[in-house]
Amino acid sequence: MADTTVKKHREPLLHIAKRDDMVWWKACLIRLSAILLALLLVGIISSLLTGEGFGGVYSIMLRGAFGRIFQGKTSLLWRFFQQTAILLCLSLAVTPAFKMRFWNCGAEGQALIGGLAAMVCMMKLGGKMPEWLLIVVIVVFSCLAGAVWGVIPALFKAHYKTNETLFTLMMNYVATQIVAYYVYLTGKGSGIIQPVSTGNLPVIAGLPYLLNILIVCVLMVVLFVYLKYSKHGYEIAVVGESQNTARYIGIRVKKVIIRTMLLSGALCGVAGLLLVAGTDHSINTNTVGGQGFTAIMVSWLGHFNPFVMALISGLVVFLRSGAGKVADSFFLNGSFADIVSGVVILFLVGCEFFIRYSVKIRRGKKGGNA
Amino acid sequence: MKKILALVLATLMALSLVACGNTAGDKSDLKVGFIFLHDENSTYDKNFIDAAVEACKNMGVTMVQKTQIPESNAAYDAAVELIEVEECDIIFADSFGHESFLMKAAEKYPDVEFCHATGTQAHTSELKNFHNAFASIYQGRYMAGVVAGMKLNEMIKNGKITADKAKMGYVGAFTFAEVMSGYTSFYLGAKSVCPTVTMDVKFTGSWYDEQLEKQAAQALIDGGCVLISQHADSMGSPTACENAGVPNVSYNGSTAAACPETFLISSRINWVPYFEYMITQVKSGKSIDVDWTGTLENGAVALTDLGKNVANGTKEKLAEVEAGLKDGSINVFDTKNFTVKGETLTSYKADVDFDAEYTKDTEVIENGVFYESKHRSGPYFDIEIDGITLLDRNYG
Repeated sequence: MADTTVKKHREPLLHIAKRDDMVWWKACLIRLSAILLALLLVGIISSLLTGEGFGGVYSIMLRGAFGRIFQGKTSLLWRFFQQTAILLCLSLAVTPAFKMRFWNCGAEGQALIGGLAAMVCMMKLGGKMPEWLLIVVIVVFSCLAGAVWGVIPALFKAHYKTNETLFTLMMNYVATQIVAYYVYLTGKGSGIIQPVSTGNLPVIAGLPYLLNILIVCVLMVVLFVYLKYSKHGYEIAVVGESQNTARYIGIRVKKVIIRTMLLSGALCGVAGLLLVAGTDHSINTNTVGGQGFTAIMVSWLGHFNPFVMALISGLVVFLRSGAGKVADSFFLNGSFADIVSGVVILFLVGCEFFIRYSVKIRRGKKGGNA
Repeated sequence: MKKILALVLATLMALSLVACGNTAGDKSDLKVGFIFLHDENSTYDKNFIDAAVEACKNMGVTMVQKTQIPESNAAYDAAVELIEVEECDIIFADSFGHESFLMKAAEKYPDVEFCHATGTQAHTSELKNFHNAFASIYQGRYMAGVVAGMKLNEMIKNGKITADKAKMGYVGAFTFAEVMSGYTSFYLGAKSVCPTVTMDVKFTGSWYDEQLEKQAAQALIDGGCVLISQHADSMGSPTACENAGVPNVSYNGSTAAACPETFLISSRINWVPYFEYMITQVKSGKSIDVDWTGTLENGAVALTDLGKNVANGTKEKLAEVEAGLKDGSINVFDTKNFTVKGETLTSYKADVDFDAEYTKDTEVIENGVFYESKHRSGPYFDIEIDGITLLDRNYG
């Protein structure tokens, strides 16, 4: 146009640039400092709310999560590992689907229906066959039930391109209502199914949670190998990156989607199995308790790496029980634990930004010439 | 990196040592651990929490609480934490579904006393350190029913309604003994002063759902109910009544502040007497009753002050009924006072003893009276009597 004066371009005070891949230990350092900063903020919030000193708040959190391990009281430590194992199991379950960019938001329902299958076997077949056979039947049926619950949305996605996020979410409600109805049928109006003593997973070394923890540890390693080194794992990664590329190199996308959701659902079924046959020996609509949704976050924060996911699960469980303890000790509301977890997770998610992008600050008065 | 990791670990360890130091060696006084299903946002748990704070303060003992404990193995874990980490001498849990998991803990820790509200298994269990408690709240409901009946009589006398239009409405949570026992005793109380009264019942399927309770109360009012009461924990029904100008008999505590025009009276279970009882027994090394039933005498069945719009003479009548209940001249579930499908009951088997099949196992009618809370503390009256219409059912 007529404007002849060229305005001198001024660099803004801050600008954001995409980083090249950061060295792994630097990324770790950023994440660790994010957690520490978040914990510091949590400490400040708690101190303000409770009037307790800084150290006091942290020590209560540690006591709530781990108990008195230095006095040989290990019960709480086992509880910590048990809760971590269950959350990790659900996180492992959703991971193959997520890696394939299939948004499985139905871990809650898949686990619940797996647990229900276990409960029905325990109640209906208990005492009618040898205990070892019963346990085999329970394991098979829980995995099967979870797999079926997972594969239904996958079939619709693969063949009719339905939205899997909505579909898997809806399946959660269906599962919850089926469990509610089963509780009504068996509980005779009391709203409770009393724990059943047949078909319980065996207790090893007198430690009730050990078997659950070991099973999840094995799953963690197996899933790591499966995703990283197997042909299936490679196919999942390619389908996730680009379905067209996958088709071009001869991967049958529909088959991969269905197979992966069978696996994802079956693993959720295992979580249900561990909760019902391995822990509660009973079921209600709250048995999974929303952990199927927490698992989605754990899986993402762990970058789909099973070992990192184990650490994140541990952190989430620590925050939940630690903050719960602070809330109980000072008669705070139950929402306090949610606030604490929320702060830490916000920091963790937020710091990913600083790992992927660098923030550059304009230097000097002139700038722009560099 | 390793250095940083080492530093972090060292800090964590130092902190956990502090954690242990705080409470070690403090065994001189008694510690009571409480397990609550929700927190104070639920009026049900709030009633327990407030009583626990008061009783522990009165008795000079330390209170430790675990809130938000679901009815699963988490209840067992919570008990273990309260015993191993907090070194509690008594464990109390407030929800029906906690029971089996609490019994598992009672088996593991025979030296700790376990007390459980609303449960049903203590009297058949072999555990010596496991106890149930409940209150004969049906007496309180009956008295509240008398207040409602007096109000109906006043409405009939003033020509607001005719005697055959004296219909009350009741919002219940679930269709099971605890609720059924409650609304039936309330109805019988009203009927004892207003013989033509009938009642419609609706169930919400939730112990706490303000919207559902409000809608249910409104539906009952629209259906011709001239007085409402409820057995659910939110302000839904009282609010609906205040908006519509319909008298309300409340539960769990007075709602007079929020609903001054329509509030008549409220009954509730006061848990302070039980908490003080269990602490006293443990302090003096005596055993706790297997089944403890709170009554009008020991203060566990409590009634609030009367609302400002109750009928004339209510206070005097209430004192008379209370005396009758105390001396046994009035029995709430006297079979003379109600019929089932036109017949007077002479025999009834209720599900008293615990089993997975919920078998009806015990004869509960003696000398023409259905004795509630006699064979165990938790209610077991689950008969649908004439005069009460269940508009729907909800078994949870």
